[in-house]
This record gives sequence, C-alpha cells and structure tokens, in this order.
Amino acid sequence: MLKLPVYLDNNATTPMDPRVLETMIPYFTEHFGNAASRNHPFGWEAEEAVDYAREQVAKLIGADPKEIIFTSGATEGDNLGIKGVYEMYAQKGNHIITANTEHKAVLDTCKHIEKSGGEVTYLSVQEDGLIDLKDLEAAIKPTTILIAIMYANNEIGVIQPVKEIAAIAKKHGVLFFTDATQAVGKIPVDVIKDGIDLMTFTGHKMYGPKGIGALYVRRKNPRVKVTAQMDGGGHERGMRSGTLNVPGIVGFGKACELCRLEMDQDTTRISKLRDKLETALLKLDEAYVNGNREHRLPHVSNISFKYVEGEGLLMGFNKNIALSSGSACTSASLEPSYVLKALGLGDDLAHSSLRFGLSRFTTEEQIDYTIEQISTTVLKLREMSPLWEMFKEGIDMNSIEWAHH
Amino acid sequence: MAYSEKVIDHYSNPKNVGTLDKASKNVGTGLVGAPECGDVMRLQIEVDDATGIIKDAKFKTFGCGSAIASSSLATEWLKGKSIDVAATIDNMDIVEELNLPPVKIHCSVLAEDAIKAAINDYRKKNGLEELVFEEKGVH
Repeated sequence: MLKLPVYLDNNATTPMDPRVLETMIPYFTEHFGNAASRNHPFGWEAEEAVDYAREQVAKLIGADPKEIIFTSGATEGDNLGIKGVYEMYAQKGNHIITANTEHKAVLDTCKHIEKSGGEVTYLSVQEDGLIDLKDLEAAIKPTTILIAIMYANNEIGVIQPVKEIAAIAKKHGVLFFTDATQAVGKIPVDVIKDGIDLMTFTGHKMYGPKGIGALYVRRKNPRVKVTAQMDGGGHERGMRSGTLNVPGIVGFGKACELCRLEMDQDTTRISKLRDKLETALLKLDEAYVNGNREHRLPHVSNISFKYVEGEGLLMGFNKNIALSSGSACTSASLEPSYVLKALGLGDDLAHSSLRFGLSRFTTEEQIDYTIEQISTTVLKLREMSPLWEMFKEGIDMNSIEWAHH
Repeated sequence: MAYSEKVIDHYSNPKNVGTLDKASKNVGTGLVGAPECGDVMRLQIEVDDATGIIKDAKFKTFGCGSAIASSSLATEWLKGKSIDVAATIDNMDIVEELNLPPVKIHCSVLAEDAIKAAINDYRKKNGLEELVFEEKGVH
C-alpha cells in the first residue's frame, strides 16, 4: 500500500524509530533523575542509563565512551569543536582550514573566529564536490591548528576523503575535526581507522530524537582538549556544562545501536531504491546528478532538471512528496544553494535542483510514485518553460542579454 | 510557505500557455527575467490592427508557482483590452488578485514588465514610439 505523503527530506531530519521512542519514555516520568545527583537512586538510575547510552554511541564510531561529549546537536558540536580548539590551542597558532561546501554551522563559526582575530582558509571544492588534497596540504602553515572538513555533504551526499585528510593533518601536527552529521549511522565511520581527532554528529539524522548530539574528542594519540563554550557545573569532563538530557541521551544511544546492527541491511535496501529513483529520473532529458556519484552517501541523490525551476517543480507534488530544492525561492536568503554554486554549477542549474534523501522507512511504492509524479511535473513545466522551448530550437541562451534583476 | 488557492489554481490549470508567431507584425513579445535569477517570463500579445484590441495573449514561464500564476493571470487580463489600457496594468493588482506574500511581489513586477515589454515590441514593429515606463525598484 502506498503511504502518503512520501517523506524524502531525510537529510533535514529523519523520523524517529518507534523502538527508540520506547526506550526513552520511562526516562521522562518514572526515571526522571538528574544524572549528576550522586546521592540517591534517582540520580544513580539516570547516570547508569547515560553510561549505557554513552557506550552505545561510542561503539558505533569505534570510540571509547570517555571520548563522547553529549551536546544539544551538531550545531553545538561544530561550535564547541572548532571554537573550543581555537581557544585551547591559541598558543600554538590561529589558522584554521575548512572548505566552502561546509554546513553553515561550520562556516559561520569560522567567520566568528575570523572576527575575533583568527585566520581561516576556505578551500574551494572540485566540480564533483570533493576537496583537492594537494590544495589542502598547500594551505597548511606553521600557524595552522585545525582542519575542519565535513565527512559527507548535506546537500549532495558527497563523501570527502577523510582518511587521506587525517593523514595529512597528522603529518603536519594539525588536529582534524569533521562534521559527520550526515554520515554517522548511514555509512561505517570509525574514528580510529579514519584518524579523526574531533567529530560532531546528532541523533535526529539517524532515527533518534532531536536536541541531542555528541562531540567526539580524542583522548589518546594525541590527547585533545577543547575550551568549554558554556560556563556551569562542569559536566562532560568540564567541556560541556548543563544538566544531561537523559531521555534524549537514552534515545540517541538506542538509535546508534540500531544503526550499528542494521546498517548493512538498511544500506543494501536503501541504495537499491536510490539507484532506481536516480536511473528513472535521469531518463528525462537534460537531468544531471550533482556531485561525485561514487564517493557518495547511499541514500542521497541531488538532481538538476534543466529549464525547470525547483520551487515551481516542488509545487507540482509537495502536498504528497516532501523534498527540498536548491532553488533560491525555497531558501530564507533568496540565494540559490551555495553548495551547488561551489561545484561550479551556474545559478540556473542550482535553481533547478532537487535533493532526495531516503531512509530506513522509505518503501519501493513510494519511490515508484515519486518517479511518476516528478517525471510528469517536469514534462508539464517544460511545456510551460520558455527556456525549454529555446533549448529545443537550438538557441544559445548565453547569447541572450538577460535583464538581471 | 502556503500558496493561495488562486495561485494553486493558475499553477494547476494555467491559462494561455503557448507561443504566438513572434515574426508576425501584429504580435508583440516581451521576454523578461534571467535564468540565473530563477525566473524568466515570455509574454506575447496579438493585436487587432484596426481596433488596437488584444485578440490573444500567450505565455511561457520558467519560475516558481507564483511566477507562473502571475503570468497566467496577466494573459487572462490582457485579452480583450486595448493596448493602451493594458499598459496601465499595475503589479499590485496582480498581488491583490493572487494574494501574493511580500517575498513573491517580484513575480508580479516581472509580469508587469513582461506586459510592457510586449506592448513596446508591438509598437516598435508598427512604427510607433516606445512607451517610457517608470522603473519599479523591487528586484
């Protein structure tokens, strides 16, 4: 049975797995204690639950539980990881290297650091969305303290060469931070094998609750420290004060465990559906995948349908299919996606893009329905598009003097 | 963002989508906007030489639902009007009719620009002086 509406915006957030909710419920009511209350059973219960969840989270990424700092989510982890290193290692230097396709939580954190006297290099990515390792190495200077490159991109799903980045960082004695929000729980991420020093991720992108995330901070080879960004009771080894969100942590732990146990079977099924969707949609003329297709998350596809505007396209089916677009019209800033523009895509192609994010709960019927709806709408809107008509007539659109407004 | 019913109606059942012969002397064509900005409108009018009345109007639009609705509505309004009256159509009339929210006002401005460009194209072809319109600084 086809279940509507279809949710294919899983890079924005995933639905919570009912099994996660089940584990959380007792911690709202029955076991409501403060994990920092050391003197009574309510506190002990809460602490025990947090310890267990910390192990579940650590196990998913190959870390030691002591290396997990619970946060409110990936944005906080980006802030704490980057600002925390910048402040802690101020003696050593003030230079950070990042890339121009990072999430705003990283880019704006770097902007903030620049304002306070730091220096930031923003690497351009190649046409496929991957950074050039030679550029990275060339950007390192004696004052460089941190490389902040995401694991996988939220708009195009492109996976950066994390191991190679880590090796370069290590060779130059620079710390490596990665925003792995889109990757953890979806593909194998192992902080030891990957050589990651700091890593942020969050529950709600992996079938867990919103408002809970983690920052991995390496404790050995090297021992990494971050300066706390919030003053308070010194929770989380002094790096992140604030009463622990026990139900959130319990749910996050369960979500991590489920991802660890079910990743292989989920990936096999989801990537098959993603490929089916992509193959079918690419049968439309002038449809292009954005970003590297090989080094890519198995559940993500970003496609531009030339000569059709993204928001107009979404309107054809957005009562029944939830998707996001790189079109300016769908963003608060009225600018088309900076990630797509960083790939060298013209604004026109950025305006014409749709991002598909599948999940554990996506069904084949939903994918079939999506293929049918999108294909129909693209064809309908192209009949209405003056650009499509010009393309069909062989008119070079660059030869037209457009009135830029 | 929720769309008004009228925008949805024009988007789902657009009126007067199509192409008139732009080489014809009594067809005026206005092409406004830019692909980089995410909206391009092409609006065409066919004018009865004897009466100066717009007999037919067609559009094609690359853009969001509001841009499509604005141009669809514009073609509806143009048919049967004299080109002089057509030149007085104001973008705010479109905003009101379609209930466009502030972020979509530029779609109505584009439609007004397209109307004026089509009228001027027709006037130029027929040896008439092009009308000078005031700039609307909304973009």
